[in-house]
Amino acid sequence: MDLITPQLGLLFWQTVLFLLLLFILTKFAWKPIMASLREREDSIESALRMADQAKIEMQQLKAGNEKLMAEARHERDRTLAEAQQMATQLIETAKTRATEEGGRMITQAREAIQTEKNAALAEVRNTAAQLSLDIAERILRRELTDAPAQQKLVEDYLKDVKLN
Amino acid sequence: MKHLLLALCFLFTLPSFAAEPETGTAEGAKSETFDPGKVIMEHVADDHEWHFATLGNEHTGTHITLPLPVIAYQPTHGLSMFSSSQLHASETHTYGTVKLEEGKLVSTDGSKLYDFSITKNVASLMLSCVVLLLIFTTVAKGYRTRHGAAPKGIQSLLEPIIIFIRDEVAKKSIGPKYERYMPYLLSIFFFIWFNNLLGLTPGAANLSGNITVTFMLAMATLLITLFSSNKYYWSHIVRPPGVPLWLLPIIVPVEIVGIFIKPVSLMVRLFANITAGHIIILSFISLIFLFKSVAVSPLSLAFGLFISMLELLVALLQAYIFTLLSAMYIGGAVEDHHDADYQMGYDDGSETTHAAH
Repeated sequence: MDLITPQLGLLFWQTVLFLLLLFILTKFAWKPIMASLREREDSIESALRMADQAKIEMQQLKAGNEKLMAEARHERDRTLAEAQQMATQLIETAKTRATEEGGRMITQAREAIQTEKNAALAEVRNTAAQLSLDIAERILRRELTDAPAQQKLVEDYLKDVKLN
Repeated sequence: MKHLLLALCFLFTLPSFAAEPETGTAEGAKSETFDPGKVIMEHVADDHEWHFATLGNEHTGTHITLPLPVIAYQPTHGLSMFSSSQLHASETHTYGTVKLEEGKLVSTDGSKLYDFSITKNVASLMLSCVVLLLIFTTVAKGYRTRHGAAPKGIQSLLEPIIIFIRDEVAKKSIGPKYERYMPYLLSIFFFIWFNNLLGLTPGAANLSGNITVTFMLAMATLLITLFSSNKYYWSHIVRPPGVPLWLLPIIVPVEIVGIFIKPVSLMVRLFANITAGHIIILSFISLIFLFKSVAVSPLSLAFGLFISMLELLVALLQAYIFTLLSAMYIGGAVEDHHDADYQMGYDDGSETTHAAH
């Protein structure tokens, strides 16, 4: 039967053309296509891997940031507490010194007042003694004649003397 | 089923059949009788010219044909090349020393003739090669111009198929060495598929349903299988592990015949499927002429259309099956067998067979 009898001519052309087709397609189509497909698949895979890595890195970064923040917050608290303590201490010291100084000044003033008072008292005593001497001298010198005159005289003298 | 169908057709046409008296048969019953077998065989067989249609009577009407080059080599007369229209111009279908007899070229003096003509099938083959080259170089260009980008146009249509052949056919059937065989597998897949589709277009040749073409493709698979086979492949044929010694005289010839049965099955499967599809469609259309009635045509066309749709599926399916089986045969030849995995020894096969089960 014709239908199942191979034809020599067709077999020849089929072999030649199919091999030619296979060769050309392999060189100009299949190789570049397969290479591009593999390349694209590789790039997608590497992109996915990189995304995963970036995610992990982000998490690490976030964790690091949080740690840093916590450290900073702690540091701040510590500094504040220290400063407060220092301020309190400073105020305390200043207060003590001021009290001391005040006490010392009061004592000095008291001493000065005492000294001045003593000096004044000594002068009053001296002046009183001098006056007594002066009066006694004048009385003695004028040789008293009468009593009224003497009285008057004493009064005069007393007028002169100003008791301060 | 077939009888039922015929009876159905007959029922449909009965009234019109009766109404129309014998008009055409009056002038010569012999030339007018329609022989569907002959017409169908003419359609599925090869030819030296590309015949599209006949206007009017077969003998007196005009034939719309594309003459094709005839290339004949006769050892006694040398090489002759001429247009096939020269053969049909003469009453005896003869040109020089070449004569066309029953669709075959023979020498007028009875000497040997080798026919290398560009027949309808060869022309169709060339056309399909050009189409394949144009399409796949365009696809490859797409990868070059849009490097690393998403596929576009025809590239995105064919890329999933290429990936399917690679992942589902080559990788699964051949294994890690699949890459070497990818060009061949892709080529036969698209060659068979495109030619199946081209064969379905009206007026086209029945290339992939031609036994010569399927023979060549099956031969290519056989040669690739044999040339890439490793020692395990042959050791499993000449000394199948785990088979009792007394069975070997039966098993070994069966295995050796099996090497050749596989490509023969490939060849026959593709040829028979595609040719059968063509014959079925032509048979349905022939019904109209058999019953000489227009009333049959709706039924014929409906069935013809249905089979055509089925053929579209078969076109893809047969290409896939041919490629898959080729990949499996190649895979069987390149596979690394480790006898340790089977826990089979060579010295006492019968015992280890029991152990293995």
